[in-house]
Amino acid sequence: MEAKLHNKRPKHLNLFKIRQPLPAVVSILHRISGVLLFFPGIPLMLCGLQMMLGSQQSFEALQDYLRSPMVKLMLLSPLWFFFHHLCAGIRHLFLDLHIGVALPQARASSKLVFAAGLILTTLAGLMLW
Amino acid sequence: MVKQHKLAVTGAHYGLKDWLVQRVSAVLMAIYLILLAGVLFVAAPQDYAAWKSLFSHQWMRIATFVFFICVFWHAWIGMRNILMDYVHPTAIRLTVQIMVITALLFYLVWTAEILWS
Repeated sequence: MEAKLHNKRPKHLNLFKIRQPLPAVVSILHRISGVLLFFPGIPLMLCGLQMMLGSQQSFEALQDYLRSPMVKLMLLSPLWFFFHHLCAGIRHLFLDLHIGVALPQARASSKLVFAAGLILTTLAGLMLW
Repeated sequence: MVKQHKLAVTGAHYGLKDWLVQRVSAVLMAIYLILLAGVLFVAAPQDYAAWKSLFSHQWMRIATFVFFICVFWHAWIGMRNILMDYVHPTAIRLTVQIMVITALLFYLVWTAEILWS
Protein backbone atom coordinates (compact mmCIF):
# COMPACT_ATOMS: atom_id res chain seq x y z
CA MET A 1 0.00 0.00 0.00
CA GLU A 2 2.63 2.44 1.09
CA ALA A 3 5.01 1.43 -1.68
CA LYS A 4 2.27 2.16 -4.25
CA LEU A 5 1.66 5.59 -2.78
CA HIS A 6 5.33 6.36 -2.98
CA ASN A 7 5.46 5.34 -6.63
CA LYS A 8 2.77 7.83 -7.48
CA ARG A 9 4.69 10.75 -6.07
CA PRO A 10 5.53 13.29 -8.77
CA LYS A 11 9.14 13.13 -9.87
CA HIS A 12 9.36 16.69 -11.12
CA LEU A 13 7.68 19.48 -9.22
CA ASN A 14 6.58 22.37 -11.39
CA LEU A 15 6.92 25.37 -9.13
CA PHE A 16 4.76 27.47 -11.44
CA LYS A 17 1.81 25.07 -11.15
CA ILE A 18 1.91 24.84 -7.37
CA ARG A 19 0.12 27.57 -5.50
CA GLN A 20 2.53 28.28 -2.67
CA PRO A 21 1.04 28.95 0.78
CA LEU A 22 1.86 32.36 2.25
CA PRO A 23 4.47 31.08 4.75
CA ALA A 24 6.36 29.61 1.77
CA VAL A 25 6.17 32.92 -0.10
CA VAL A 26 7.44 34.82 2.95
CA SER A 27 10.23 32.27 3.29
CA ILE A 28 11.45 32.45 -0.31
CA LEU A 29 11.23 36.26 -0.21
CA HIS A 30 13.39 36.13 2.92
CA ARG A 31 16.02 34.32 0.83
CA ILE A 32 15.71 36.49 -2.26
CA SER A 33 15.81 39.70 -0.22
CA GLY A 34 18.85 38.34 1.64
CA VAL A 35 20.76 37.76 -1.60
CA LEU A 36 19.83 41.22 -2.89
CA LEU A 37 20.87 42.84 0.38
CA PHE A 38 24.22 41.08 0.01
CA PHE A 39 24.56 42.25 -3.58
CA PRO A 40 24.07 45.03 -4.52
CA GLY A 41 22.88 46.05 -1.02
CA ILE A 42 26.16 45.98 0.95
CA PRO A 43 28.41 47.76 -1.61
CA LEU A 44 25.75 50.42 -2.25
CA MET A 45 25.38 51.03 1.47
CA LEU A 46 29.15 51.34 1.96
CA CYS A 47 29.28 53.73 -1.01
CA GLY A 48 26.59 55.83 0.64
CA LEU A 49 28.37 55.78 4.00
CA GLN A 50 31.64 56.77 2.34
CA MET A 51 29.96 59.67 0.53
CA MET A 52 28.23 60.76 3.74
CA LEU A 53 31.43 60.83 5.81
CA GLY A 54 34.01 61.52 3.08
CA SER A 55 33.97 65.26 2.54
CA GLN A 56 31.64 68.24 2.26
CA GLN A 57 31.55 67.78 -1.54
CA SER A 58 30.73 64.07 -1.47
CA PHE A 59 28.11 64.73 1.23
CA GLU A 60 26.40 67.28 -1.00
CA ALA A 61 26.59 64.92 -3.97
CA LEU A 62 24.88 62.23 -1.86
CA GLN A 63 22.20 64.73 -0.78
CA ASP A 64 21.57 65.65 -4.43
CA TYR A 65 21.17 61.97 -5.30
CA LEU A 66 18.73 61.39 -2.47
CA ARG A 67 16.71 64.47 -3.40
CA SER A 68 15.88 63.28 -6.89
CA PRO A 69 12.40 61.71 -7.06
CA MET A 70 13.70 58.94 -9.31
CA VAL A 71 16.23 57.79 -6.69
CA LYS A 72 13.61 58.06 -3.93
CA LEU A 73 11.30 55.84 -5.96
CA MET A 74 14.09 53.34 -6.60
CA LEU A 75 15.00 53.31 -2.88
CA LEU A 76 11.58 51.84 -2.07
CA SER A 77 12.53 48.37 -3.29
CA PRO A 78 15.73 48.00 -1.19
CA LEU A 79 13.77 49.40 1.76
CA TRP A 80 11.11 46.75 1.28
CA PHE A 81 13.77 44.00 0.94
CA PHE A 82 15.35 45.22 4.16
CA PHE A 83 12.12 45.48 6.16
CA HIS A 84 10.77 42.18 4.84
CA HIS A 85 14.05 40.46 5.68
CA LEU A 86 14.03 42.02 9.16
CA CYS A 87 10.42 41.03 9.92
CA ALA A 88 10.78 37.53 8.47
CA GLY A 89 13.96 37.13 10.53
CA ILE A 90 12.18 38.14 13.74
CA ARG A 91 9.42 35.60 12.93
CA HIS A 92 12.14 33.00 12.41
CA LEU A 93 13.65 33.73 15.83
CA PHE A 94 10.23 33.17 17.44
CA LEU A 95 9.84 29.89 15.55
CA ASP A 96 13.28 28.88 16.88
CA LEU A 97 11.93 29.46 20.39
CA HIS A 98 8.97 27.17 19.49
CA ILE A 99 6.59 30.13 19.53
CA GLY A 100 3.92 30.08 16.82
CA VAL A 101 4.96 26.77 15.28
CA ALA A 102 1.40 25.41 14.86
CA LEU A 103 -0.03 25.90 11.38
CA PRO A 104 -2.74 28.51 12.14
CA GLN A 105 -0.28 30.71 14.07
CA ALA A 106 2.43 30.22 11.44
CA ARG A 107 -0.01 31.33 8.73
CA ALA A 108 -1.14 34.32 10.78
CA SER A 109 2.42 35.42 11.56
CA SER A 110 3.43 35.13 7.90
CA LYS A 111 0.55 37.48 7.05
CA LEU A 112 1.73 39.80 9.80
CA VAL A 113 5.31 39.74 8.45
CA PHE A 114 4.10 40.52 4.94
CA ALA A 115 1.95 43.40 6.15
CA ALA A 116 4.58 44.78 8.56
CA GLY A 117 7.19 44.79 5.78
CA LEU A 118 4.90 46.76 3.48
CA ILE A 119 3.76 49.16 6.23
CA LEU A 120 7.33 49.91 7.38
CA THR A 121 8.36 50.47 3.75
CA THR A 122 5.46 52.91 3.32
CA LEU A 123 6.39 54.76 6.51
CA ALA A 124 10.06 54.98 5.51
CA GLY A 125 8.97 56.12 2.05
CA LEU A 126 6.79 58.85 3.58
CA MET A 127 9.75 60.02 5.68
CA LEU A 128 11.88 60.19 2.53
CA TRP A 129 9.44 62.46 0.66
CA MET B 1 16.51 12.67 1.53
CA VAL B 2 20.15 13.69 1.82
CA LYS B 3 22.41 11.15 0.18
CA GLN B 4 26.16 11.52 0.29
CA HIS B 5 27.42 9.97 -2.91
CA LYS B 6 30.98 11.21 -2.83
CA LEU B 7 33.20 13.01 -0.42
CA ALA B 8 31.34 16.19 0.51
CA VAL B 9 33.35 19.41 0.56
CA THR B 10 31.77 20.93 3.61
CA GLY B 11 33.99 20.19 6.60
CA ALA B 12 33.28 18.51 9.88
CA HIS B 13 30.94 19.67 12.68
CA TYR B 14 29.24 22.10 10.33
CA GLY B 15 25.91 23.57 11.15
CA LEU B 16 25.40 24.43 14.79
CA LYS B 17 27.98 27.22 15.05
CA ASP B 18 26.74 28.85 11.84
CA TRP B 19 23.15 28.52 12.99
CA LEU B 20 24.00 30.26 16.25
CA VAL B 21 26.16 33.00 14.68
CA GLN B 22 23.39 33.77 12.20
CA ARG B 23 20.96 34.38 15.04
CA VAL B 24 23.32 36.20 17.41
CA SER B 25 24.49 38.51 14.61
CA ALA B 26 20.85 39.15 13.66
CA VAL B 27 19.99 40.20 17.22
CA LEU B 28 23.09 42.43 17.49
CA MET B 29 22.23 44.13 14.17
CA ALA B 30 18.67 44.71 15.36
CA ILE B 31 19.90 46.25 18.64
CA TYR B 32 22.32 48.55 16.77
CA LEU B 33 19.59 49.67 14.36
CA ILE B 34 17.13 50.36 17.18
CA LEU B 35 19.75 52.43 19.06
CA LEU B 36 20.74 54.25 15.85
CA ALA B 37 17.09 54.99 15.05
CA GLY B 38 16.74 56.33 18.61
CA VAL B 39 19.79 58.60 18.24
CA LEU B 40 18.57 59.87 14.86
CA PHE B 41 15.07 60.39 16.23
CA VAL B 42 16.28 62.48 19.17
CA ALA B 43 18.91 64.49 17.28
CA ALA B 44 19.11 63.86 13.55
CA PRO B 45 22.31 65.40 12.13
CA GLN B 46 21.33 68.01 9.55
CA ASP B 47 24.59 68.72 7.77
CA TYR B 48 27.97 67.21 6.97
CA ALA B 49 29.67 68.58 10.11
CA ALA B 50 26.99 67.05 12.36
CA TRP B 51 27.20 63.61 10.72
CA LYS B 52 30.99 63.75 10.86
CA SER B 53 30.97 64.65 14.54
CA LEU B 54 28.46 61.85 15.32
CA PHE B 55 30.83 59.35 13.70
CA SER B 56 33.90 60.93 15.31
CA HIS B 57 33.03 59.37 18.68
CA GLN B 58 35.04 56.23 19.21
CA TRP B 59 32.01 54.33 20.63
CA MET B 60 30.00 55.14 17.49
CA ARG B 61 32.81 53.91 15.25
CA ILE B 62 33.24 50.70 17.22
CA ALA B 63 29.48 50.02 17.39
CA THR B 64 29.16 50.64 13.65
CA PHE B 65 32.16 48.43 12.93
CA VAL B 66 30.71 45.61 15.06
CA PHE B 67 27.40 46.08 13.23
CA PHE B 68 29.13 45.64 9.87
CA ILE B 69 31.08 42.60 11.09
CA CYS B 70 27.68 41.12 11.99
CA VAL B 71 26.32 42.05 8.54
CA PHE B 72 29.24 40.39 6.76
CA TRP B 73 29.27 37.23 8.88
CA HIS B 74 25.47 36.94 8.63
CA ALA B 75 25.70 37.44 4.86
CA TRP B 76 28.36 34.74 4.56
CA ILE B 77 26.25 32.17 6.41
CA GLY B 78 23.18 33.03 4.34
CA MET B 79 25.06 32.92 1.04
CA ARG B 80 26.75 29.66 2.03
CA ASN B 81 23.39 28.06 2.87
CA ILE B 82 21.85 29.23 -0.40
CA LEU B 83 24.84 28.07 -2.46
CA MET B 84 24.78 24.67 -0.76
CA ASP B 85 21.06 24.38 -1.58
CA TYR B 86 21.13 25.41 -5.22
CA VAL B 87 24.67 25.04 -6.62
CA HIS B 88 25.63 21.39 -6.58
CA PRO B 89 28.75 21.09 -8.76
CA THR B 90 31.56 21.38 -6.22
CA ALA B 91 33.91 23.37 -8.46
CA ILE B 92 31.36 26.07 -9.20
CA ARG B 93 30.11 26.23 -5.62
CA LEU B 94 33.62 26.56 -4.19
CA THR B 95 34.50 29.24 -6.73
CA VAL B 96 31.42 31.30 -5.88
CA GLN B 97 31.97 30.78 -2.14
CA ILE B 98 35.54 32.02 -2.46
CA MET B 99 34.28 35.05 -4.40
CA VAL B 100 31.76 35.79 -1.63
CA ILE B 101 34.43 35.50 1.09
CA THR B 102 36.85 37.69 -0.86
CA ALA B 103 34.17 40.34 -1.42
CA LEU B 104 33.23 40.33 2.28
CA LEU B 105 36.88 40.67 3.37
CA PHE B 106 37.25 43.57 0.97
CA TYR B 107 34.11 45.18 2.42
CA LEU B 108 35.49 44.72 5.95
CA VAL B 109 38.67 46.65 5.12
CA TRP B 110 36.61 49.25 3.25
CA THR B 111 34.36 49.74 6.30
CA ALA B 112 37.36 50.27 8.59
CA GLU B 113 38.79 52.77 6.11
CA ILE B 114 35.51 54.72 5.95
CA LEU B 115 35.10 54.82 9.72
CA TRP B 116 38.69 55.64 10.72
CA SER B 117 39.74 58.10 8.03
